Amino acid sequence: MRLLDVLGPVMIGPSSSHTAGAARLGNIARILLGEPPVQARIILHGSFAATYRGHGTDLALVAGLLGFAPDDERIRDSFAWAAREGLEFSIETGDLGDVHPNTARIELTSRSGKRLSVVGSSVGGGKVEITEISGLPVSLTGEKNTIVAMYPDRPGVVAGITSILAKVGVNIATMRVARSGRGKTAVCVIEVDQDIPEEVVQEVRQLPTIENVIVVRAQ
Amino acid sequence: MTLAELAQRALAEGISLGRLAVILESEETGIPLDEIVARVRDMVRVMKSSVSEGLGRVEASMPVRPGVLERARRSRSGLSGGDAAKVAGRIASGRNLPGNFLLAKSVAYALAVSEVNAAMGKIVAAPTAGSCGVIPGTFLALAEVSGAGEEDLVDALSAAGLIGQVIGERVGLSGAQAGCQAECGSAAAMAAAGLVQLAGGSPEDCIHAAAFALKGLMGLVCDPVAGLVEVPCVKRNATSAAVALASAEMALSGVRSRIPPDEVISAMAQVGKMIPPALRETSQGGLAVTPTGLRVSREMANRSSVCMHPMPKRPGNIEYTTLTQIRPHFDDPHR
Repeated sequence: MRLLDVLGPVMIGPSSSHTAGAARLGNIARILLGEPPVQARIILHGSFAATYRGHGTDLALVAGLLGFAPDDERIRDSFAWAAREGLEFSIETGDLGDVHPNTARIELTSRSGKRLSVVGSSVGGGKVEITEISGLPVSLTGEKNTIVAMYPDRPGVVAGITSILAKVGVNIATMRVARSGRGKTAVCVIEVDQDIPEEVVQEVRQLPTIENVIVVRAQ
Repeated sequence: MTLAELAQRALAEGISLGRLAVILESEETGIPLDEIVARVRDMVRVMKSSVSEGLGRVEASMPVRPGVLERARRSRSGLSGGDAAKVAGRIASGRNLPGNFLLAKSVAYALAVSEVNAAMGKIVAAPTAGSCGVIPGTFLALAEVSGAGEEDLVDALSAAGLIGQVIGERVGLSGAQAGCQAECGSAAAMAAAGLVQLAGGSPEDCIHAAAFALKGLMGLVCDPVAGLVEVPCVKRNATSAAVALASAEMALSGVRSRIPPDEVISAMAQVGKMIPPALRETSQGGLAVTPTGLRVSREMANRSSVCMHPMPKRPGNIEYTTLTQIRPHFDDPHR
């Protein structure tokens, strides 16, 4: 355990898992959508569902969707900010199955009609893990710079992405590929050790069949 | 990494435990020393603003931003808020227990930070949000009396962090893992070590102060009412601050723990494992299941929600929505 894990995070209370982690989850969902969301449906599971009012989990998730960091004092008033920013949302409780007790499912729509669903858990101390993107199993913590690419399953796409990274000397720490079926939608999540230059993102975007590339920067 | 080794190394190199903490962190992570110090300094500044915010009601000289008074008053659940101001008000009028100024201030400040946390204000988790009042409460009260400056506080907070690292590695720092001894207990141990350093004690004094605090709070259970970080957490921050001060006083006087500090941590780990799950942040025992605790919990669950626009035929229970119109894709049952 590092010194800067024991001390901090600087955060809006009251709970690192139920408030700070929730804000981070919302924030990553917004980043993955790639555009500001105008509609959000949030389903809270387990301990999130049981204690969200007292912990402000709902406020924090909405704040994260608006792009607010876990230490942003606007979290407390995030519903008013949502109205101002044109984000409509619903909060529900439900059973998301065999998942971590602090889990939320977030379904987003952007103004241009782009849709994305994300399932993520707050695993303690403000740390989070995204476990599902649009129905595909992933593991994304946001602790390292991460590239998320979505594309129709086709041979050579992963090789294309990794060779672009290799060319600029970006080292891959972890990588996971999932698909909904052979030839169907696939998602590739790559955590790297270095910063991800914008040229890399542009180049990956030029690869044939790539539908979407998102960079989640480490915090 | 044991406390004994760390104290020895700090002594051998002629540096404080706080400086050692920063050097070790830099070695491990590659982050430059200055950058680590700067981040700890930012935390000290947030701690100061948390105290000010929590006392917003009584410190008339402080510029008050809109919403601050409300925030200092009540948490979202209504279970906590306003107690720091009561204690601070009593100190301000000179009616605290005679000669008890430092302790009373520490209590007021610890309550203030914990109340700000409960009311969704900005705090530093140290080591956790639930125990965020102990370190700023004691450090800032002592600094006010002794005149210690910001760099002293940065060094003391780093020393506190080092103690927390050792406990975190061997016991854990969450109530779910080892009970409140791992949250308020760890915070008190960290604070005690930092207070000793602020007062000019040796690294050896620091680790014994930490041991006294851990012994004082060993076995403390985590039993939050309605699962919220409020009852009893806010007041446990205040009482843990008192434990930290008593521990520092003993260590600075040369009192030594009969059980070596590292063995105390081992005992704490063993006790943590023996604490039943009902008393480890599950709200199934202790204060959470008292008649009042259960009543509060029921009230929280039944509280009517804001902004009702129920959406029909949903797999989940609709809590509330601000959707003015339900778009078709939101009707897809979630997969």
